[in-house]
Amino acid sequence: MKINIILAGVGGQGILTNAAVLDTAALACNLNIKQSEVHGMSQRGGAVESHVRISDKEIFSDLIPLGKADMIISVEPMELLRYLPFLKKDGLLVTDSNPFLNITKYPDLEELYAEIQSYPNSILIDAQKIAKDLGNSRATNIVLLGAASSQLPLSDESLIQAIKTLFERKGAKIVTKNTEAFNAGKEIAKEIFLKNIVS
Amino acid sequence: MKKLLLGNEALAQGAIDAGISGVYAYPGTPSTEITEYIQKSKIAQELKIHSNWSVNEKTAMEAALGMSYAGKRVMTVMKHVGLNVAADVFMNMAVSGINGGLVVVVADDPSMHSSQNEQDSRNYGKFALIPILEPSNQQEVYEITKHAFNLSEQMGLPIMIRMVTRLAHSRAGVEIGKRKLQNSIHLSKNPHQFQLIPVHARNRYQHLINIQTDSRENSENSYFNKFIEGSDNSMGIIASGIAFNYLMENFENGNCPYPILKISQYPLPKRQVKKLFDTCEKILVLEDGYPFIEELISDFLNENKKVIGRLTGHLSRVGELNPDNISKALGFDIKHTEKIPEIVSGRPPELCVGCGHRDLFNAINILGKENDNQKVFGDIGCYALGVLPPFNSINTLIDMGASITMAKGASDAGIHPAIAIIGDSTFTHSGMTGLLEAVVENTKMTVIISDNSAIAMTGAQDSSASGRLVTICKGIGVHPEHLKVLTPLHKNLEENIDLIRNEINYDGVSVIISQRPCVQLSKEKKDNIKHLLEIAIN
Repeated sequence: MKINIILAGVGGQGILTNAAVLDTAALACNLNIKQSEVHGMSQRGGAVESHVRISDKEIFSDLIPLGKADMIISVEPMELLRYLPFLKKDGLLVTDSNPFLNITKYPDLEELYAEIQSYPNSILIDAQKIAKDLGNSRATNIVLLGAASSQLPLSDESLIQAIKTLFERKGAKIVTKNTEAFNAGKEIAKEIFLKNIVS
Repeated sequence: MKKLLLGNEALAQGAIDAGISGVYAYPGTPSTEITEYIQKSKIAQELKIHSNWSVNEKTAMEAALGMSYAGKRVMTVMKHVGLNVAADVFMNMAVSGINGGLVVVVADDPSMHSSQNEQDSRNYGKFALIPILEPSNQQEVYEITKHAFNLSEQMGLPIMIRMVTRLAHSRAGVEIGKRKLQNSIHLSKNPHQFQLIPVHARNRYQHLINIQTDSRENSENSYFNKFIEGSDNSMGIIASGIAFNYLMENFENGNCPYPILKISQYPLPKRQVKKLFDTCEKILVLEDGYPFIEELISDFLNENKKVIGRLTGHLSRVGELNPDNISKALGFDIKHTEKIPEIVSGRPPELCVGCGHRDLFNAINILGKENDNQKVFGDIGCYALGVLPPFNSINTLIDMGASITMAKGASDAGIHPAIAIIGDSTFTHSGMTGLLEAVVENTKMTVIISDNSAIAMTGAQDSSASGRLVTICKGIGVHPEHLKVLTPLHKNLEENIDLIRNEINYDGVSVIISQRPCVQLSKEKKDNIKHLLEIAIN
């Protein structure tokens, strides 16, 4: 068992939190992990990525080689495409649809969505709205993690337990909101997968 | 159970478990998390391990040497360019040697993710004639740190641990071992060891030269250097530090057919290198940073083309290694992968919304329109982003403190207005001496200290300058009439422009402190700074 995941977005969007959920769950399952992250200058509103590698065998490189990522989970739609060279053939793409507009040359949204949907295995959702409707727009990242969860080699129980562990000190309410966000992401992805199979 | 740690955190845990009594450091990416981990560690607090930030890397390293003089184990930590600042004590403490174990951790930044250059600290280690350790993964970081302190005390030398960004900022599960007790105070048996007047320095230097053989022998026998036999002798590979992982990544389950010499301890183990040379037709050298090993083992003209790597174009001379460029160097086919669609545009870092530097740059830019000759000399910190659009406010950016001294030189040459912009922490790190120089000659220039009361770029650590800037500038001799404080807010724009214009026109050195706390600071920290400023005024 071996999985390579790229987490993408803009500094401050919860990329490292998602990485921590994956790490914590994998460690609890006694799996090997390597997870690289970006600190320093780029964190200030710049493009941020994290490479997460989980395996039952020894993992060597901290970085995922080109064409070897099983999935890219992005909290921002344009940032998703930045890491396409890492995606393996027919790999999974999961992204929020809301652009983070801090640059002048942002692509046309219709064109951007069309590009994302041209990949057969893509999940483009308004995760921010789902999180907001649940009463916590800060859980957008967790909705996306939920949407990708059926393709992860980690059980829902272990991921939810990891969410509990990580958010525990912020109080029971935050734990509940994030667990709900995870489940909501999972549900909507299930619908999209079914629709893809039918069409 | 294993602990999930960044390479930097594994190093910090290793140092705690090696029984250090203190860490002395100045923040700098990618080294910052090492000291922060010790600052947050409960056990380190209980053991009263010193971990407050130092004013700069030189003061840090000197304090570390003082603790070592007292017989205790100590670590000093910095980014690669920080070692330039500490180079004086670094070179000399190799000559004096140490008493309590002393480890110098330097985090290099190949590809310059957050730096001005990609200098390779191994050159400094070689220059100082001390052993260098270069771990390849997080578990090894932990083990090698403990080893470093033992080696330091065994050899009586400071030891360098060289980290690189990718290892510093990557997490993995790490098995933690037992913790050693701290040393008690004990002094060197040789009363002249730390008295580097020529008569003693010559003895110490001769001693340093004499123990080089031991140092190399230690590398030959090091657990961290490994000769891995292979079946295909058409090529042998030397892989140092993290390069070893990228190499292994290219083979299923790490089954590489070529003989490999993995290097994690220097000086280079000569016998092992020779064994690889004697058995293999050519040698591929994989190392992150400069072609340090490659240069050592290539003959100057490299006519026999036996050694290949960065110098021969098999790998790029610049930039960090990764599994893909090593795959290419190994001669594997180039993979065809998806391209980045053209609609994707770059997203460089930017100043935070509401940041005080923004308001300062707005004022400076308006003044720049009034006078085409205005030149702005920048410095290291978040405000370096003023080089980029939309501000384009800064003309130079070289090293910590260079804003003030470059503005002085340019002013001496006849450039006016010459404006230096420097952060509060950078000012206390390396700006104060330059300001003194300008005061001594009353140079026509304006120094703006953009004071956000934090070392913001590296994560808003406490600044030594907080609440002290006015007193420091007065003490250095800045004329009180030309020492001004302003608040960079949009509503104050007009009055700030007037204030800066007046000082630019003054025929001498003026200092303006542009003061507003970093927006990333917690309310608690902001209140604390307010309190410090009130004390400073009263």
